[in-house]
Amino acid sequence: MYVRRLELVNFRSYERVELEFDPGASVLVGPNGVGKTNLVEALGYVATLGSHRVATDAPLVRAGAASAVIRCEIVHDGRELLVELEIVPGKANRARLGRSPVRRAREVLGALRLVLFAPEDLELVRGDPAERRRYLDDLLVARLPRFGGVRADYDRVVKQRNALLRSAYLARKTGGSRGGDLSTLDVWDAHLARHGAELLAGRLELVAALTPHVAKAYDAVAAGKGAAGIAYRPSLELAEPAPNRDALEAALHAALAEARQSEVERGVTLVGPHRDDLTLSLGPLPAKGYASHGESWSYALALRLAAYDLLRADGIEPVLALDDVFAELDAGRRERLADLVSGASQLLVTCAVAEDVPAELRGARYQVREGEARRAG
Amino acid sequence: MYEGTIQDLIDELGRLPGVGPKSAQRIAFHILSADPADVTRLANALRKVKDLVRFCTVCFNVAESEQCRICRDARRTDEVLCVVEEPKDVVAIERTGEFRGRYHVLGGAINPLEGIGPDNLRIRELMQRLGSGAVRELILATDPNTEGEATATYLALMVKPMGIAVTRLASGLPVGGDLEYADEITLGRAFEGRRAV
Repeated sequence: MYVRRLELVNFRSYERVELEFDPGASVLVGPNGVGKTNLVEALGYVATLGSHRVATDAPLVRAGAASAVIRCEIVHDGRELLVELEIVPGKANRARLGRSPVRRAREVLGALRLVLFAPEDLELVRGDPAERRRYLDDLLVARLPRFGGVRADYDRVVKQRNALLRSAYLARKTGGSRGGDLSTLDVWDAHLARHGAELLAGRLELVAALTPHVAKAYDAVAAGKGAAGIAYRPSLELAEPAPNRDALEAALHAALAEARQSEVERGVTLVGPHRDDLTLSLGPLPAKGYASHGESWSYALALRLAAYDLLRADGIEPVLALDDVFAELDAGRRERLADLVSGASQLLVTCAVAEDVPAELRGARYQVREGEARRAG
Repeated sequence: MYEGTIQDLIDELGRLPGVGPKSAQRIAFHILSADPADVTRLANALRKVKDLVRFCTVCFNVAESEQCRICRDARRTDEVLCVVEEPKDVVAIERTGEFRGRYHVLGGAINPLEGIGPDNLRIRELMQRLGSGAVRELILATDPNTEGEATATYLALMVKPMGIAVTRLASGLPVGGDLEYADEITLGRAFEGRRAV
């Protein structure tokens, strides 16, 4: 799969820009702050309908414009597909696939498979568990789109259940006569256990499949300096080996019953996949808090490369985008990373200094200036 | 901003569901230029809907008398009762012409985020109806979303011990559609709910 053409209108700093790409490596060169990342961000938006940098859409639209448009031509198995997205902040995005409008923008998901590594990914190692859960869930949905629904259902149930616990908590605190109506809590428990078990089963299976890829990728990037290991850490005790979905549902149900007292006291759901974490270790030590800046960086990169590897092992050939990665790596790591990714069907690299990019990845070169980008050889 | 009366109308129209400021303005100017008789008819319809329409005392569907048309219909069976969230769901099911039982309109679904619990819905009234013993099957036709599913589960837990058969509408593929165009959530659920042929 590769992106043949990207056109942006009123997206971030670009009033209008159009770029054509070839398969293989492309390097986007330009000083800091001229909009290199905006280009990969736009591709990320096509792939996930969200930005990897901001949570809302408003910053994506150029100041003064009402909406932004991303047009992206993707070639997959010799067939080309045109994806058009119009981002209107505060409203539903409009989308077209192959020139015909689709009912929901969500339908364009899957048209572009992209693995994007960006400086923000350092948070995968250093940040809150929520970052790592999102990493797992995004990958889960990329492999099995059905999980998009599972994840949305689960999030909704947690929200509703928390609202119920919270209102009961507030009612008790203010000395309300009823002490809050918890008669529907059993119902929410049942739904939380059902959707939670499905999500949990998906994540456990994913982590099992991903683990060897992470170890391999970290080893390749860091050249044998410590072994990277990932492990899923659930918020409840699970039997070994990983139980099936029905057993997980029963386990979640039991854990909820056990936590009921403290949940009611604190007014929040304490058990379930939304409280889980993915632990990252380097040798015997946890990466968080122990890993150096360079190690954390390599680890975050390894997580993305592992996702890329796993998708390829599934028979999906994603586009790989590395945003501003080479400047952070020493010469040895640069070479090893280059070896690792040079086989990508398409690789997009951004950098401030072209010489930072190893020679074997210097394919087509694009010069990015304030608000414009052009192919430069 | 327009002056006084016309802006008042635009503001009122803009508070209606699905009507944005632009549409409100368009409707307001349409009314302004319309035939006075048409406008009077619209005004009367608006006034009458609040004066005359009320809720059926049995099923809580909209009605113009004590009981709604469906509850009064002696040809329908009392043995099957279909629970829906809103009166418009009754209309949707009636359009199929398949269902010959009675309805019960809950007036919403359990939704803690909006502060709606079982006490805010017509669940006590439903239990009273079921207590009469005439109903043999309860069909749960709440929406297939998180809140509708939770409401269905809640009702099922309450009603099953009464010895009444409880069923839930199937969720699955739209008829006349192409499999490839079904979204992955619908298709995933249809897979889960597949049956032997």
